[in-house]
Amino acid sequence: MNKTDALIIGAGPTGLFTAHQLNLIGLNCEVVDNLDKIGGQCIELYPDKPIYDIPAVPECTGEELTNNLIKQLKPFDIKFHLNERVEEVKRENDNWFVKTNSGRTFLTPNVIIAGGVGSFEPRKFSPKECEKFENKSLFYSVKDKKIFKGKTVSIFGGGDSALDWAVELSKDCSVNLIHRRDEFRAAQATTDKMLRLVKEGKINLFTKYQMTSVKGNQQLENIDIKHDNNEIKSLKTDYVLGFFGLIMQLGPIANWGLNINKKTIEVDTEKFETNQKGIYAIGDICNYPGKLKLILSGFHEGALAARACFKLARPNEKYRFEFTTTSKNLLKRLGKKG
Amino acid sequence: MAKITYITSDDQTHTIEVQNGLTVMEGAVQNNIPGIDADCGGGMACATCHVYVKEDWFNKLPKKEDGEEDMLDMAFEPKTNSRLSCQIVVSDEIDGLEVNIPSKQA
Repeated sequence: MNKTDALIIGAGPTGLFTAHQLNLIGLNCEVVDNLDKIGGQCIELYPDKPIYDIPAVPECTGEELTNNLIKQLKPFDIKFHLNERVEEVKRENDNWFVKTNSGRTFLTPNVIIAGGVGSFEPRKFSPKECEKFENKSLFYSVKDKKIFKGKTVSIFGGGDSALDWAVELSKDCSVNLIHRRDEFRAAQATTDKMLRLVKEGKINLFTKYQMTSVKGNQQLENIDIKHDNNEIKSLKTDYVLGFFGLIMQLGPIANWGLNINKKTIEVDTEKFETNQKGIYAIGDICNYPGKLKLILSGFHEGALAARACFKLARPNEKYRFEFTTTSKNLLKRLGKKG
Repeated sequence: MAKITYITSDDQTHTIEVQNGLTVMEGAVQNNIPGIDADCGGGMACATCHVYVKEDWFNKLPKKEDGEEDMLDMAFEPKTNSRLSCQIVVSDEIDGLEVNIPSKQA
C-alpha cells in the first residue's frame, strides 16, 4: 500500500504541473497514467505539432512542452506509475483507497483527476465478430512478434504503426497491408520503404479497402475486405492487426460516484473539487461555467486544487502563501540556495 | 444563419438553425443532437465528430485539409463522403446542408 498526500491520475501537462505545485507547497504525490509514457494528449496526439498559446512560450511542440514540464519537476522526487489504469476509488475513513488494474493500491486523502477525456484505448474494427478473435488472432498492438513467424498477417491502417509493422513482419511472414485510401500518413521514409517492398512482392498492398467481416471457428481463417467501388475480396489470413490510433474512454471514472455530464466532471471553481470531498478534477476532464479546454486553464486549476489538498493532507498546519522569488522555504524545496 | 439537418443512425431527423461562424459540430453539441461526441472540442485531434455528407453537398463544401483526411483514417467506418463536422464552418452558403451521423464514433 502506497501512502501519499495526493494521487494524480493522468500524466499530461495538467497533471505534471500540479505535481510541481503540490511538491512546492511541501506535499508529496504519486502519478498514475494508462499510457506507457509521460505527456498525455501532448505526446499521444500531437508530439510534433506546435502549440502557440502557452503563456510566455511563443511556440513549442507537444513533446517540448512535456520535456520542459518534466525538467521543472527535477528538484522533486515523484513516483510515476505508467501503463496502469485506476480501476477503483473508494472511501476508507478520512482517506481514499485507490486500486489500479495491476493491483497496486494507494491510501491518500486527495485524489486529483487530471485525466484529459479519460484513458486512451485502441480504436477497434467495426464488425462485431472481431471481438471473438480479439487477443487470440486479432490484435491492436504487438506484444510478441514471434507468434507471426511463417504465417499470413493482414495489417490494417495507414500510419506509422501499421507501416512499421508491415515492413518488419515482411521479413519472415506473408504480409497483407490494407488501407482505406491510397495516401499514407506515416513518415515519408517508412512509406517509401513499404512501397519498395510492395514492388518486390514482399508486401501485398490493398488500398481503398476496409474490412467487412472476419470468418473462422476457433482460429481466424478468412477476412472479407470491400473496395470503395463495393467490390469484395476474400483473404486467407492467420492473424489480423489493426492500427487505427487511440480513442479516449472515460472508463472506470464513471463508477466513482461523481457528477458526470457529457464525459466531463462537474467541479467548483474555488478548489476544483467534485461532489466528493477530497476528489478533484482539473484540465480537460473538468467542467464549470466558462470552462476553456486550454492547457493554461489546466495549470491554474491544478495550482488551486493543490492548495485545497494541503488542508486535507496537513489538517493541523496552516497553509501560507509564498512566492518562489522570495521564500526561503520554497527555494529550499527547489534545491536552490535561499 | 443556416438550416442544418442532422440525421441520426436510427433515422431521426433534427433540423436546426445554426449561427454563421459556428461549426456543424458546435451546432450539434449546443443543441444536444445525439451521436456527435467531439472529445477534443474541435481541434481536429480525435475524429469523434465524424459525419457523412450527402454527395451533392459534399462537393459544394470547401475541401478538406490534409490533417482532416489523416484523422478520418481513425474514424468509425469512414466512407468517401466522410467529414469531421468540426471542420465545416456554417455560413449562408451551406443553408440546407444534410449530414448523417454514424451509429457510433468509436
